[in-house]
Amino acid sequence: MTQDLVLPLSLLILLIPLLSFLINIFFGNKLGRISGVVGTTILGIDLGLAIAVAFTKLSSFGEIHVIQNRFEWFSLGSQKIIVGIGIDNIAAIMLIVVTLISFLVHLFSTVYMEGDRRYPKFYAYLGLFTFSMLGIVIANNFLFMYVFWELVGISSYLLIGFWYEKNSASNAGKKAFITNRIGDLGFFIGIMILFFTYGSFMFEDVFAGISSGVMPFSNPTMLTVAGICIFMGAMGKSAQFPLHVWLPDAMEGPTPVSALIHAATMVAAGVYLVAKVFAMFTADALTFIAVIGTITAFISATIALTQVDFKKVLAYSTVSQLGFMIMSLGVGGYTNGFFHLVTHAWFKAALFLAAGSVIHAMHHAMHHMHDHHTDPQDINNMGGLRKTMPWTYRTFLFVTLALSGIPLTSGFLSKDGILAGTMAYANLTGGWHWIIPILAFTAAGMTAFYMFRLTIVAFHGEHKTEIAKHTKENKLPIVLPLVILAFMSLWIFYSPNPIDASKGWFHRMIVQPKSAVPAAYQWSFLLTEEAAPAVHQTGEAAGSTEVKAENPHEVTAAGHTTGHYLNKFQEETHHFHYLAMLLSLLIAGSGIALAFAIYQYKVISADKLETRFKFLHTFSLNKWYFDELYQSTVIAGTLVVSKSLSWFDNYVVDGLVNLSSYVTRGFGYVVGIFDNYVIDGAVNLAANFTGFCGSKLRKLQTGQIQSYVVFVLLGILILLYFFI
Amino acid sequence: MEIGLTHYLVISAILFSLGLYGIITRKHAIMVLMGLELVLNAANINFIAFARYGGMNIEGHIAAIFVIILAAAEAAIALAIVLNIYQNFRHVNVDEVDNLKG
Amino acid sequence: MDLITIAFYFFGALTIVFGAVVVFSKNIMHAAFSLLFTFFGIAGLYVLLSADFLAITQIMIYIGGILVLIIFGVMLTTRITGVDVKTGKIGKMQLAIGGVLSVLIAATLIMIFTTSAWHTADSKPIESTVNEIGTALLTNYLLAFEAASMLLLIAIVGAAFIARKKH
Repeated sequence: MTQDLVLPLSLLILLIPLLSFLINIFFGNKLGRISGVVGTTILGIDLGLAIAVAFTKLSSFGEIHVIQNRFEWFSLGSQKIIVGIGIDNIAAIMLIVVTLISFLVHLFSTVYMEGDRRYPKFYAYLGLFTFSMLGIVIANNFLFMYVFWELVGISSYLLIGFWYEKNSASNAGKKAFITNRIGDLGFFIGIMILFFTYGSFMFEDVFAGISSGVMPFSNPTMLTVAGICIFMGAMGKSAQFPLHVWLPDAMEGPTPVSALIHAATMVAAGVYLVAKVFAMFTADALTFIAVIGTITAFISATIALTQVDFKKVLAYSTVSQLGFMIMSLGVGGYTNGFFHLVTHAWFKAALFLAAGSVIHAMHHAMHHMHDHHTDPQDINNMGGLRKTMPWTYRTFLFVTLALSGIPLTSGFLSKDGILAGTMAYANLTGGWHWIIPILAFTAAGMTAFYMFRLTIVAFHGEHKTEIAKHTKENKLPIVLPLVILAFMSLWIFYSPNPIDASKGWFHRMIVQPKSAVPAAYQWSFLLTEEAAPAVHQTGEAAGSTEVKAENPHEVTAAGHTTGHYLNKFQEETHHFHYLAMLLSLLIAGSGIALAFAIYQYKVISADKLETRFKFLHTFSLNKWYFDELYQSTVIAGTLVVSKSLSWFDNYVVDGLVNLSSYVTRGFGYVVGIFDNYVIDGAVNLAANFTGFCGSKLRKLQTGQIQSYVVFVLLGILILLYFFI
Repeated sequence: MEIGLTHYLVISAILFSLGLYGIITRKHAIMVLMGLELVLNAANINFIAFARYGGMNIEGHIAAIFVIILAAAEAAIALAIVLNIYQNFRHVNVDEVDNLKG
Repeated sequence: MDLITIAFYFFGALTIVFGAVVVFSKNIMHAAFSLLFTFFGIAGLYVLLSADFLAITQIMIYIGGILVLIIFGVMLTTRITGVDVKTGKIGKMQLAIGGVLSVLIAATLIMIFTTSAWHTADSKPIESTVNEIGTALLTNYLLAFEAASMLLLIAIVGAAFIARKKH
């Protein structure tokens, strides 16, 4: 494949799921059960294309930063709106991630959604969702990014609220949508600041503008603000604190949807966005991002400790892992952050699909026993599923290991990189920044603990209920995706060395982009070697001159593979690599050991712990009271505002409207009288006059020919005398 | 006095007026028709006279011929109508046939 | 007074006198027969005006055709033997209006005819008009001629249709 083919094929990859959407939405009722097969086949084709494109990009054109085009969409006055699509290395990898997971979810759903009333519609929405996400992936400008961003929002709304007959599901859909809107507002403001300043939506134009030293409103703080605004979009989509509340509720959607949303599409969009525009974040913005990511990772990990709903645990785990990714990007660990996004996509999709498998089996068992009241998602109703569902258990266990960060898994590689990055960051910046690695390690430990708690309670031990006893392993379309995804979580796909990914192809391909931000506003350790010394020399005066303005992306992989580090941060990360690895292994190991001690061997009583730390337990169980907090502040505040507005509407606005209507009515009354008596009078007068004339003139119509002749003759006479 | 155009015109004028008088005053439908024939003939005299004194044009004759054709057709139709009236009213007095009276 | 002048006054008087009899006569049969003489007088005037073809046509069509038709009409609608042959009584008002109007029209027309300065042209050598009329009818006036023939056909059919007894 040549370079020219990459973009047309990418466009095709983008449009194929839309085809699936159109077919299923318009002909779904005719297709019925076939629509699943159609959707899955179409996605299979899409996957094939995506693999071809991504492979071409990575193997043949890996050193070219981005293959892209740009064209003028339309112009507003003299302002041309330039858009385009582009494939860089992260987009190429994301293409595979999105299409493969989407394909597997399609496959999985053929069994899972069997018998659902809106089966074809489900496939239509899945197609739309995939389409929207692919649009984000191949966008190379803020405008397309935003358009598809909103499309992802609406398709997530449709899918989360898919079972809208259930009140909680439709509420969850709304919650997801509205929470996302808050973030999107920030995103939009950020885009507008940049567009206003640089006059273009294209990433490359914006970065070039920033590196040439032009600041929004001539104020470097505004660049930070713009970065944070754009990051707000990512906060919404990637469920970062404090906008994370929608994600656990989104579990109301069908489980395959959860897998799609939480692994490949929606939440990945936020992280992907941050990675895409990484070059424009200033040091302050990055710090903000790192702090938000750390808080998210920590808080959601603590919440996940006590949840009893199978999917809720996974949901908070997702939030926590997204926090890790964002944190990693925030501290400057671009490659590891994105790496974690990819590895996490596989094993989180596997976890959710496994959860779906378990729930599906529980449902069937309940149906079999005519039980309709037990919660099929409560882990306390499960137990011993290892015996009844061996394949689900095996894959689940393996991906749990991956999520906990145990060697030989991909999760170990990426998480270890992130933790090392945080340590390097803290070491380089010092001071309170050490909190970040501390919280990160704690969260990593908790991750291992709650994942094994989930595994042990749900799968190990004896059957806790009759239902669990009657569960059966599911059919191939459910098991196969699990196996594939678990397989994808092996270390070998990313690096031949199971404990160090930095020599693998992934790290060679995904290179941290050179920051476009002038050196004065960027961490010196994130600048490339050439630029960094200049900062030392000129200090505060470091401006546009030191930073190469031509192309901020001219970094090639060649320099990296020779062992020459791009910047000081990477060097430092490498130094901390083994220490972080040891620490994380220790912490994860102890977390796992603790989980076994409490839930498997019951060395420590869970109940006693619960009563002992009653306060903490309730706090975690109630999700830090975030929903209640929002309920009493944001929502209640909104209600108060809307109530007062409603009062204002009822009494002031309506009063004005009523007043004007009274005035109008009065005026109308007067006009009516005028109409009745003057105008109608005139009309009647004319009519009566005509009638009168007619009644007189009709006498002339005698019906006698001769009298007519007389009149004719009179007329002729008059004419004759008139003319002569 | 040499007989000229005016003489003929005067004769046609008198004949025309006589025809009119017949049309207006007679009750019998056929009498009305006869008056009409007089009027048409008066017009024909005019045509021929003008043709004769206007350089012996053939056009005047042609017009007269068409008038005669029309008169024949008119007489046929009118008599048919008169017969119809007679069948319906048992008389042919035109001043009593006034069903279109306003 | 040459012969032409005498002939003119003769035919003119014939026309007007019998025309007057037509409209003033109370007896419808008298009126019909007076009409015959009127037409004859007019034919004579045509001859004096060098319209030989039209004079013959006048006699053949008016006297031979139309007048016969009228007399048929009279006989079909009037009981000839009875008193009804006379036309009915006429209102004085109608008579007065008719008389006044007719006199007025006559006076007006005569005034106009006598006072107007008519453009006259010298006539060509007078010969038979039949040849010229035939040529004109079949060349310049062909369309009108055909239309007239259609009109006559339609008139015949229409008259037959209207006059037939309805059952």
